[in-house]
Amino acid sequence: MMAVARVDQMRKSISAVMTTGTAVCTFAAVGILLVILSHIALKGVGSLNFRFLVDAPKPVGEGGGIGNAVLGSVVLLGLSSAIGLPLGIAVGIYLSEVGHGRLAGGVRFIVDTLTGIPSIVTGVFVYAIVVLPTKHFSAFAGGVALALIMVPIVSRTTEEMLKLVPHSLREGALALGAPQWRVVLGVVVPAAASGIATGAILAVARVSGETAPLLFTAFGSRFFSTDLNQPIASLTVQIYNYAISPYDEWHAQAWAATLVLMTLILGINIVVRILTRRRF
Amino acid sequence: MAQAWRKDIGFRAGTGVFALLLIGIVGAIGVELTLQSMKSINQFGLDFWRTEIWDPVAGEFGALPFIYGTVMSSLIALCISVPLSLGIAVFLVEQAPRLVARPIGFLVELLAAIPSVVYGLWGIFILAPVIRQYLGPPFERLFGWTPFFRGPVTGIGLITGGLILAIMVTPIISAVVRDVLAAVPGSQREAALALGATKWEMIRVVLVNGAPGIAGAVILGLGRALGETMAVTMVIGNRPEISLSFFDPSYTIASAIANEFTEATSDLYLSSLVELGLILFFVTFVVNGIARFLVWNVTRKTGGVGRAA
Amino acid sequence: MAQTAIPRIEVRERRANEGADQKSAPPKVSVHDLNFFYGKNQALHNISLNIAERMVMAFIGPSGCGKSTFLRTLNRMNDVIPATRVDGKVLIDNNDIYAPGTDVVELRRRVGMVFQKSNPFPKSIFDNVAYGLRINRITKSSSELSDRVQQALEDAALWTEVKDRLKTSALSLSGGQQQRLCIARALAIRPDVLLMDEPASALDPIATSKIEELIFDLKKQYTIVIVTHNMQQAARVSDTTAFFLLGKLIEVNATEKMFTAPDEKLTEDYITGRFG
Repeated sequence: MMAVARVDQMRKSISAVMTTGTAVCTFAAVGILLVILSHIALKGVGSLNFRFLVDAPKPVGEGGGIGNAVLGSVVLLGLSSAIGLPLGIAVGIYLSEVGHGRLAGGVRFIVDTLTGIPSIVTGVFVYAIVVLPTKHFSAFAGGVALALIMVPIVSRTTEEMLKLVPHSLREGALALGAPQWRVVLGVVVPAAASGIATGAILAVARVSGETAPLLFTAFGSRFFSTDLNQPIASLTVQIYNYAISPYDEWHAQAWAATLVLMTLILGINIVVRILTRRRF
Repeated sequence: MAQAWRKDIGFRAGTGVFALLLIGIVGAIGVELTLQSMKSINQFGLDFWRTEIWDPVAGEFGALPFIYGTVMSSLIALCISVPLSLGIAVFLVEQAPRLVARPIGFLVELLAAIPSVVYGLWGIFILAPVIRQYLGPPFERLFGWTPFFRGPVTGIGLITGGLILAIMVTPIISAVVRDVLAAVPGSQREAALALGATKWEMIRVVLVNGAPGIAGAVILGLGRALGETMAVTMVIGNRPEISLSFFDPSYTIASAIANEFTEATSDLYLSSLVELGLILFFVTFVVNGIARFLVWNVTRKTGGVGRAA
Repeated sequence: MAQTAIPRIEVRERRANEGADQKSAPPKVSVHDLNFFYGKNQALHNISLNIAERMVMAFIGPSGCGKSTFLRTLNRMNDVIPATRVDGKVLIDNNDIYAPGTDVVELRRRVGMVFQKSNPFPKSIFDNVAYGLRINRITKSSSELSDRVQQALEDAALWTEVKDRLKTSALSLSGGQQQRLCIARALAIRPDVLLMDEPASALDPIATSKIEELIFDLKKQYTIVIVTHNMQQAARVSDTTAFFLLGKLIEVNATEKMFTAPDEKLTEDYITGRFG
């Protein structure tokens, strides 16, 4: 009897230790998040001012800002969304509503593959097919690279949202004699519209943080520009360049730029989460 | 009537075209990467995989230092991240009350929303100094006699890269494992409890049930770690030399491409970098394929994997 | 009692000395004024009941009457459901299992449970049966472990069917075999009481009758409580029957009496099929 009690005590101690351990892991992860976010806030807020947000970069010691980088990011995101969103949504519609059998399975596999390709490899590909032939870096190349990253993300969320639409809705429309394209475009897609939009927004937010593929497609610039045929600045590349520079002043600007970028990305993620939680 | 039918065909063909376009793009990536690597492949052949030397000046290029750095940094990341992620997933699914689990889970997932370059920035200015001043020296003192912890501890090196990767990969692995554990039927938990299992013993039964999906999650994390670029290139030191010490600088395939692509002075140089990219493409293709296969069979919703991507 | 047309339900022959055992020994399980709540909803009202040692008691009643809920209070299985509350006493061998400081792990070792749908672990047949023995560190050597596993499988009438493939996956067995495996798994740790929640409801008639025979044999060693929605099964298998309705205990009686001349009108109505 006593031996049993002792064994039991040991088992219970192990259980207590392990279950405490898992809690420690969780709070460590949350802790790291909060540490990183507070560093960004604390180190970035000092350099944040109006001039910083609107000026182009200046030589060290003269201040300057991320104005052109913000504009460049907007241009790149706009271009990549214009290419990537329709393509991604169309593929998502195909996978959910049109395709079946092995072809659809193959396409889904391809979409998954695209998701797993490191973004730098995508950048090399776009370099080869856009930058090399045109012989210069360009915003267009950057936009194409970002679009290729965006497409599989949007395709998957679109497919999921469409699959959530109850079959009864489709069947009701088909029973009224509507052709498939009408059912999909007129009934199913509108029903899933907010979910698809959410997926699109999240994909754009995700892509706004990409740096590697832009390094040798859009390349970067110290000037304001909206010319698609020229290199263009972006917030992420600017952060990278400033971070690895030897100047403290630029390091401070890197933190401030990060604060701007993170505010946007986090803001979008939190707002989306709040909105989608109410729906369910 | 016929018009509607024709529009239907048009609609189906239209979306199908986009789908085929995607297949074409992936194929094109493989083809184009191979084409651009041809110069390097012709020059070095299989030796590329075995050569330790990366000397742009002399025109000698070998992938081994990068393969080593990529594999080692990813392994370090997994060794740290997998137990951490499992702990998080177990806590959120088996222990935390539902009300608390959702916001905490959201916070953990937010780690995945932080861009790579931001992790790099934090790595350079916060993590590296901490390793140099506080975390590294004790290890160097205790284990410096082994080749793995030989100094000097500069804070920039393989271990910093591995640590940053661990943080980046944890939200992905834990999110997938959460879905896997949540899919384990409650009857398994009750069966264990009814036989007098403690909470932890019951959790072990759940983990056994979820083993294939957990394996898939880990491999998915590996796939992400292999391809991570910015954060790694900012903290790993970017030195193409194989060294056993965790404190020494290292170099991964992705960081090499990021670092040197725009400065490649010769065609052979560029071609070698592209060949590195081709290797990375192929490896992540295979790794991700295995991961998706394992996870797909286990989680019911595809959303579990999609969230991680 | 007015003579009503009660359909003939076959009641198995009882052994000669069973009744005598029942009267002299103290009850194994003794429930006093048990009230059970899921959040604000009261699921069980003032249940008081004694279960004697080494016999089979059946709980019958229409769906949702609380019989499974009550069964699960006996090994505190309802603890895993959030927001449940228990009021009253459940004494097993004279110890209130709801007293604060009760060792729930030990309780569940002594009060085993078999579930409605078989739930073997994704392990080998041997490892399933050995699970309880291993975690509770009951056996001291691997040969003792093998012996106990074999014994349990024999008690569950499964040994001859699986003895040559103990290392194969438990999931390769048929539904009826899996359920007997779960019974073996529960029996391996030699609980004092065995709770069975509709153990044969998911099985075909042949598998069901095998399980019923098993129960009839097991009661020589174990105290068994079985929940069933099948009155004929209760009549075949149990010594005592308890009839539940809407969370209340309507009647407890010797099975033979319950099915031929019950005390309560409600019981009679249920048994004759007037409702439920």
